[in-house]
Amino acid sequence: MNLALLVSSSSTLVHLSLVDLVIIVFYFALVLAIGLYLKGRANTSADFFLAGREMTAWIAGLSFLSANLGSLELMGWAASAYQYGILAAHWYWIGAIPAMLFLGLVMMPFYYISKTHSVPGYLKLRFGEPSRTLSSISFAFMTVLMSGINMYSMALVMKVILGWNIHTSIWISSITVAIYVALGGLRSAIFNEVLQFILIWAGALLIPILGLIEAGGVAGLRARVTANAGEAYTHLWGTMGSFDANPMGIHWTGIVFGLGAVISFGYWTTDFLVVQRVLAAQNLRAAKMAPIIGAAFKMMVPFIVILPGLLGWAVLPFHLMGESAAVATGGHSYNEVLPLMLARYCGPGLLGLGVTALIAGFMSGMAGNVSAFATVWTYDIYGALLHKNATDKEYVTMGRWCTIVGVLISIGTAYLVMQFASIMDYVQALFSFFIAPLFGTVILGMLWPRATKAGGFWGLLAGTLSSIGMWTWAKVDPSALRYVALSPRASDMAANMYRALWSWIVCVLVTVVVSLLTKPQSLEELKGLVYGATEIPKEDQVSIFHRPVFWAVIVAMVFVILQIIFW
Amino acid sequence: MKAGLSISIWFFIGLSLLVNGVIIFGAGVYELIQPPAPEARVVLYQLHASVWWGALLALLGAFYCWHFAPQREGGASRPGM
Repeated sequence: MNLALLVSSSSTLVHLSLVDLVIIVFYFALVLAIGLYLKGRANTSADFFLAGREMTAWIAGLSFLSANLGSLELMGWAASAYQYGILAAHWYWIGAIPAMLFLGLVMMPFYYISKTHSVPGYLKLRFGEPSRTLSSISFAFMTVLMSGINMYSMALVMKVILGWNIHTSIWISSITVAIYVALGGLRSAIFNEVLQFILIWAGALLIPILGLIEAGGVAGLRARVTANAGEAYTHLWGTMGSFDANPMGIHWTGIVFGLGAVISFGYWTTDFLVVQRVLAAQNLRAAKMAPIIGAAFKMMVPFIVILPGLLGWAVLPFHLMGESAAVATGGHSYNEVLPLMLARYCGPGLLGLGVTALIAGFMSGMAGNVSAFATVWTYDIYGALLHKNATDKEYVTMGRWCTIVGVLISIGTAYLVMQFASIMDYVQALFSFFIAPLFGTVILGMLWPRATKAGGFWGLLAGTLSSIGMWTWAKVDPSALRYVALSPRASDMAANMYRALWSWIVCVLVTVVVSLLTKPQSLEELKGLVYGATEIPKEDQVSIFHRPVFWAVIVAMVFVILQIIFW
Repeated sequence: MKAGLSISIWFFIGLSLLVNGVIIFGAGVYELIQPPAPEARVVLYQLHASVWWGALLALLGAFYCWHFAPQREGGASRPGM
């Protein structure tokens, strides 16, 4: 494929030089080379689906974070930062850090000691086959949708920035991901995710550095954003006392309880896309440290994502607008803020690296979805329902085919989601359908021995259905927002926060009530699965600097300091 | 762990940073020698970010390539981490 031929000469934000194209082609060659190199180490199901369980804490932690660095992280959240101001940073801080630390310290021992290969696999051990089936099917459905969204977003970026044909972008990137994941399995996905993580930073870090220089430092940035957008754009918590006082139209209860307590915990502790990376850790301590390492880096991501969005208010000579307004007026939309900043500061070479960073982000998210989909489909649907006596070799073969089929379904999904105006809100809606109730089921399963199999299943089903029901209600009758999101003016994002909260509460209530009405399991049956019935290895013999809890406290302190600084 | 299959991921990362750094540094130096027309210059062009950022990436990449080189790593001593 001659990439130069794909570059249009007009109506694009940037124009790539030969140097930029060399950098992009080198990136594609390297990820394929890694996949080929690792092909010989993906011969058993443990190798293919769990990377042999030999990853260090650093590799698992960076991969854990990188799998989340899909299209949303780079372009979407930069756009949200422009649209909503620094409020978007909540999704990186309170919307991630507490949950990641909780995963590392509290939940990982149960995932790891139970030797499960997936989150639905844990549900099977704890609540039985019906819960696993419900969870695995909903996860598979959500994953391919997410993957399709990733693809579409990437293709859209390539079209906007470079003028590349949207279909060509989708097919080239997805085929590359399919090849390296199908060849090397999870190990290949993890290796490439770590590489992509480094490239994202190498390519994106210059934008905030140069942007701050141009804006006159942090004080200059704050002054310019206040002048151009309003003071509410610079406060993390100060404007959350009222729905009307901030650009997102959300109250602090929505952020704390909807995002911080439900969506965040649901995503970071039960979404198999990210949890799978930690399950590949070489021992329990590495598995506990990995999310904590991920949390430390997650706190820094706003520097390359949120800051460029805010800098857009400070340095761009024009205002950005919503997608439909941009199309109508010929202006630039929020979604273009990151590419615009890239084009503003990056000359030949740097531009290629910046575009590579965007592609790397998209591909790591896509690979994460595809590898998680392949695992859940193979173990929890194919192995559990379709071919119960499959051999190890058949599992690996199914995993490889599943990767390819998953990519093809994702491509189909990408074409479907082209119809949606707001990618971000759509994904948030998906999270609240499945992730919030799943968190309710898993957390009760891990911490409450009295929760029964029937309670787990009916709670999960009721939570999921209630979320879909509330979403449908608000779509059919927009005035329902006053009940679902506590305000008729709530944005879609705010509505998603509250819907997640209600669906989690429904899940927990139904689980508790049904459990109390059904026969409990013995502690012996729950060994290795539930707090109180599981012996968790002590860490008395290691120094304090090697204990996960020590580093979790450090990360938590930095998190609190950040909230105060940007209050 | 299988022998002969132990190239560290950090070596691949070093290779990527080294190659990208050298290319970007080269492009930056070329711009110093042959400056683009003023209207074609990026904002803050005078800082020559390509030169110092490219050099930084190349140095970091070279260190990682050297430190995690397959021969130096000692064959199959580590599982590619």
